[in-house]
Amino acid sequence: MIHKEEGNLPRYGMVIDLDKCTGCGACMVACQSENNVPFKENETNKLDSITWMRIFKVSNGEPFPGTEMVYLPRPCQHCEGQHPGHPPCTSVCPATATDYDHATGVVSQIYTRCFGCRYCMTACPYLVRYFNWWDPHFPADTEKYLSPDVSVRMRGVVEKCSFCFHRFQRAMDKAYYEGRKELEEMEYQTACTQACPAGAITFGDLNNPHHQVHKLKDSPRAFRLLEKLGTNPKVYYLSSKKWVRKACDNEMGKEHNKYRPKRK
Amino acid sequence: MQSVWEKIKSLDAALQPEGVQRAPLWKFLLWLGAFGAVLLWGAYAAFLCWYKGLNQTNMNDAYGFALWIWADLAVIALGGGAFFTGFLRYIAGKKPLANIINYAVLIGFICYSSALLILGIDVGQPLRGWFIFWHANVHSMLTEVAFCLSCYFAVLCIEYLPLVLENRQLDRVPFIHNLSHNFHETMAVFAATGAFLSFFHQGSLGGVSGVLYSRPFGIREGVFIWPWTFFLFTWSAAAYGPSFTLMLTKITEGITRKKLVSDQVVDLLAKISGWMILTYLIAKVADTVYWALVTAPEKGFAFMDFYNGEGTAYGLWILVLELIIGGLIPAVILVIPKLRQNKALLIVAVVLAVVGVSINRWVMILQMLAVPLYPFESWYQYFPSWQEVATTILPVAYGVLLISLSHRYLPVFPQERELNPA
Repeated sequence: MIHKEEGNLPRYGMVIDLDKCTGCGACMVACQSENNVPFKENETNKLDSITWMRIFKVSNGEPFPGTEMVYLPRPCQHCEGQHPGHPPCTSVCPATATDYDHATGVVSQIYTRCFGCRYCMTACPYLVRYFNWWDPHFPADTEKYLSPDVSVRMRGVVEKCSFCFHRFQRAMDKAYYEGRKELEEMEYQTACTQACPAGAITFGDLNNPHHQVHKLKDSPRAFRLLEKLGTNPKVYYLSSKKWVRKACDNEMGKEHNKYRPKRK
Repeated sequence: MQSVWEKIKSLDAALQPEGVQRAPLWKFLLWLGAFGAVLLWGAYAAFLCWYKGLNQTNMNDAYGFALWIWADLAVIALGGGAFFTGFLRYIAGKKPLANIINYAVLIGFICYSSALLILGIDVGQPLRGWFIFWHANVHSMLTEVAFCLSCYFAVLCIEYLPLVLENRQLDRVPFIHNLSHNFHETMAVFAATGAFLSFFHQGSLGGVSGVLYSRPFGIREGVFIWPWTFFLFTWSAAAYGPSFTLMLTKITEGITRKKLVSDQVVDLLAKISGWMILTYLIAKVADTVYWALVTAPEKGFAFMDFYNGEGTAYGLWILVLELIIGGLIPAVILVIPKLRQNKALLIVAVVLAVVGVSINRWVMILQMLAVPLYPFESWYQYFPSWQEVATTILPVAYGVLLISLSHRYLPVFPQERELNPA
């Protein structure tokens, strides 16, 4: 593990236990609802749909009866880069519309400043950045249920998972009001974490030894997505299966294409 | 009616440079009409993109950059003939190139204005385009591109202006005549400024993919903050740009059925372009070898992982097309005097060179995005929509129109009279 710490500042991160994930999609729905993620009038083309939290279905590439599957939920990885504050996406933005918050480690997106050049999307290896190709669409009465804490994005700008940063702000407001400067672990939790019925997602401060994620990230089952790229993400995964860990990073050689979906 | 047509004809003739032959007006208008129709088609597609949004394209979240960014990179590389010919003429003292510099500047002007137009269509919120200057992030290669591109376009306007002022009727006004003369006197300063700015924006365009440390196909090592692609893009623009200038010169000569630039001038520029391409190729091959053996493996990729995917058309053929067919072959033809003095071979060489540099810009954007980074994802597919194609053809039509108008009414080629005695 190459997770680097920037002093004692909080570094919010996530640990997702793939051994527990059933691929039910509750995290996706909770995220969509919490963050006012828009729909399209026609959702058939998934390549321009917006899903801040997306679940990949990964196979071990073995024929029956050796076939195994894993569901892999993927939020923004809130990368730290090789030195703090250097995720692949922020330094490339020409208008400073995306930023790395050194106080929390969260990578933010300023929708009103983004002018839609999409360089950040090109830079992100995890494809967590989504462009609003269409005008936001909220079918039927869903517009009435939009969260007042999260701004709705317009056509032509990029958006992404914020680790429900508005929840952090709300929790901090409360803490300041009560004369505190630090948050308890359960005061700031993301919507996907709370929605997961299997308890597969754990969220907290990776730098805080009292938070579960601090211990979980050092588990022998822990790994991160595409670690060799040097993005230093703050989302960790747990799996007891060796092939799952292998399928989540590129290894040169013959097995390179083993996990890719086969074309019929 | 007859007299109106006669009046238009005499006005047209009065605007043309003295002592040169031009196509009949009706033919010229027909030509303008044909390309004007293409221009309108492109303008309609651009309007759709602005009005309905970028859902009019076939780009998607995996292909955030696509045909337009390639077109931007390609026209800027091809328009590199302007800054490098200017550098050779005014700084390096290659005086014979004065006979082709006007055309190089005109081509550069068209290429850069086209690039700015395409960028204006490509962004999701065009009305916020000024944010790139107002909220500039100095760490972003695109910021550098925007600043240098805009400044250099201003330089190109200044370089193109004296040519416009040399129009026969405008030149009769003493003030304009003197202004134009003074512009010529100070042109070395603008040429030097243009070369300086071009170094940075050509370089920063190379840096766009070179700095993406999470894209193993694009990332390159480098010096300080500059990846090697920064220097390779500048070098290749200087190398291949003059070939594009020569290609368009030969096309213009073919269409007008006249010799416009002397063989001596063409030979000099072809030779310089050839040597520049050859030296560039050495650097490019060294860069590719280091990337394939060191950079990409550190990211978990073997060289063939980028060329051997299921369900993709990308293969080693594209590398061969870029480096051998579009690189080595034109370089050899242009470097060897006997070969480049063969008219047919010269045309083959400059066309192949244009293909070579365009392929380089293509792979550095589109192939980079086609490569799946998740081991459990397939290669990403993309085919442009008609709106993308039309808006990419738009600058071609605009270029043809501007070249046609400039050639008809301005003394673009100083040797034209001498080479085509009445």
